[in-house]
Amino acid sequence: MTLKAVVNNVAQMPVSKDAVVDIQKLTLTFQTADGPVYALSDVDLTINRGEFVSFIGPSGCGKTTLLRVIADLEKATSGDVSINGVSASEARQNRAYGYVFQAPALLPWRTIERNVTLPLEIMEMTKAERVKRAHDALKLVELNGFEKKFPWQLSGGMQQRASIARALSFDADLLLMDEPFGALDEIVRDHLNEQLLKLWARTNKTVAFVTHSIPEAVYLSSKIVVMSPRPGRIIDVIETRFPKDRTLDIRESPEFLEIAHRVREGLRAGHSYDE
Amino acid sequence: MTGKIDKFCLVGAIAALLALIFPLTGADPDTGKMVAFVGDIPGLAVAMALCVIAGAVFTWYGVGNVALASMLLLVVIFGGWQAIVSLDDYGIGGHARVGFWLFILSLWALVWRAIDVLAKYRTLETGKQQAAHLLVPVAFGVWLLFVWQVVTVGFGVPQVLLPPPSMIAERFTGSIPILWADFHQTFIKAVLSGYVMGCGSAFIVAIAVDRVPFLKRGLLPLGNMVSALPIIGVAPIMVMWFGFDWQSKAAVIVIMTFFPMLVNTVTGLNAAGRLEKDLMATYASGYWSTLLRLRLPAALPFIFNALKINSTLALIGAIVAEFFGTPIVGMGFRISTEVGRMNVDMVWAEIALAALAGTAFYGAVALAERKVTSWHPSFRVRR
Repeated sequence: MTLKAVVNNVAQMPVSKDAVVDIQKLTLTFQTADGPVYALSDVDLTINRGEFVSFIGPSGCGKTTLLRVIADLEKATSGDVSINGVSASEARQNRAYGYVFQAPALLPWRTIERNVTLPLEIMEMTKAERVKRAHDALKLVELNGFEKKFPWQLSGGMQQRASIARALSFDADLLLMDEPFGALDEIVRDHLNEQLLKLWARTNKTVAFVTHSIPEAVYLSSKIVVMSPRPGRIIDVIETRFPKDRTLDIRESPEFLEIAHRVREGLRAGHSYDE
Repeated sequence: MTGKIDKFCLVGAIAALLALIFPLTGADPDTGKMVAFVGDIPGLAVAMALCVIAGAVFTWYGVGNVALASMLLLVVIFGGWQAIVSLDDYGIGGHARVGFWLFILSLWALVWRAIDVLAKYRTLETGKQQAAHLLVPVAFGVWLLFVWQVVTVGFGVPQVLLPPPSMIAERFTGSIPILWADFHQTFIKAVLSGYVMGCGSAFIVAIAVDRVPFLKRGLLPLGNMVSALPIIGVAPIMVMWFGFDWQSKAAVIVIMTFFPMLVNTVTGLNAAGRLEKDLMATYASGYWSTLLRLRLPAALPFIFNALKINSTLALIGAIVAEFFGTPIVGMGFRISTEVGRMNVDMVWAEIALAALAGTAFYGAVALAERKVTSWHPSFRVRR
């Protein structure tokens, strides 16, 4: 696909501008015995419906913390966080998002199917509904046939796919993913990235995705948020213009390299190595 | 031949050969004559000869497979049987000398080699493998009983010091009604009810401690202190409080089992990882829902540890507590009175009963653990 075609495609895409996540002047400070740690400082960010937003930055830049604030797993020290127009805490109570952690976090005493139905049980759905949803979610991540297996009988990549199915099972519009493929090898990671993109294109979910891999961020995202550490802040927001049904081939295109370059520049500018 | 000689079989062959030559028994102090000769005991002579032959053959060719090991084991079993029979029927008991003990040494060496081969047996057929796994501990136990039997009878150990297992078994089978009554009183009434009450209440308190943080700081040290109380100090007091019957024993067991269960459950409830707790938080899961779906299952290995520890503690507690006043039935009561009457075989029969009951109880809890926590890394099987 040529650059022109990409640009045309973007021009034709309906641009919906209602914000799913809206963060204003967010600051988060951890009080520790060694004094305060400024995890996030003055963060402003809007994530619109249907976007795939990647957070990239060196370790300790607060990208995971930012995701955890959106998920209401951490409380902001100051500033406003609203999800779908309500506070993060209410959004969590409303089960507004599915969260995928760095590790699969599957419960070893439950089969894959019963791991996927765990949130559905908590939400008190009927058994028939739970089984049907688990079936559909496992199909989305190509894990059908493994329902009765236990997590420890599956490979690391399959476990992480099961955890994604679990996050998808209750059909939240917002998907929060914290370096979900960080522990996997490159081949598996490429495959899962492709699957994730297909899923995103098909379901039109909003995705917030933490990573420290530049190619992964550029390949997956419609918007890349570059962060820097001490204190964690946003130093660049880059919109990419690849179509939703992109393939791994775009990674050799000049636009891809250009955006990757800009991300790298941003990371370098935000990170002083002489500390 | 396998290239090198089998040392255990060599020892077995030589010891059996010497057993045929050296005197089997000493002289009877009354008559001044030898009590018995190998030549007069055909069964024993055959067994010794078999040991010599088997030992010599296997020294040369090695015990290469399970079939050969089983043959060797059969030779040893025949030898052991003849040794016991000749002790009783030919009056060797109390007069056994070098020849006899050399024969026992020979059996020892041969059985060592046979069990060694069986223990190393590996097969993919589950049934056979399980049988092999089972055979080793059984053989070990039987051998121990055999040595106990020949040593006590052969040396003529006074029965008050240590009766032979055959005598204990005889007493055991002869006193089934008494033993059953004691078992019913001590185990079924006191142990089971005390165990259920102690573990159950500790479990409930552990949940309360988990729910209300200040209880943790207040109750745990208290529980620790109670568990440190000496049982022989507590038992008489419990008898005064709850009477002579099983209730006071159950109370002692509650005191003994409470703390291990409490500590383990509290630790177990904190065993769930932070990631999993965050996961439950993202589902807006409430306290009880998280407890039921995450924290209790994660605590199960700890809880079962406590249940296993307590299964043996409970029996000890009940038996000791019965020393301090009981109706005229119960395992502890029987032990204390029969010791006084020098009926040591009855004491041993009760000890055997306690060992059986305790092992079965522990085994049942361990089996339940295996079923319930089959997902735990220590039990996992790839399916």
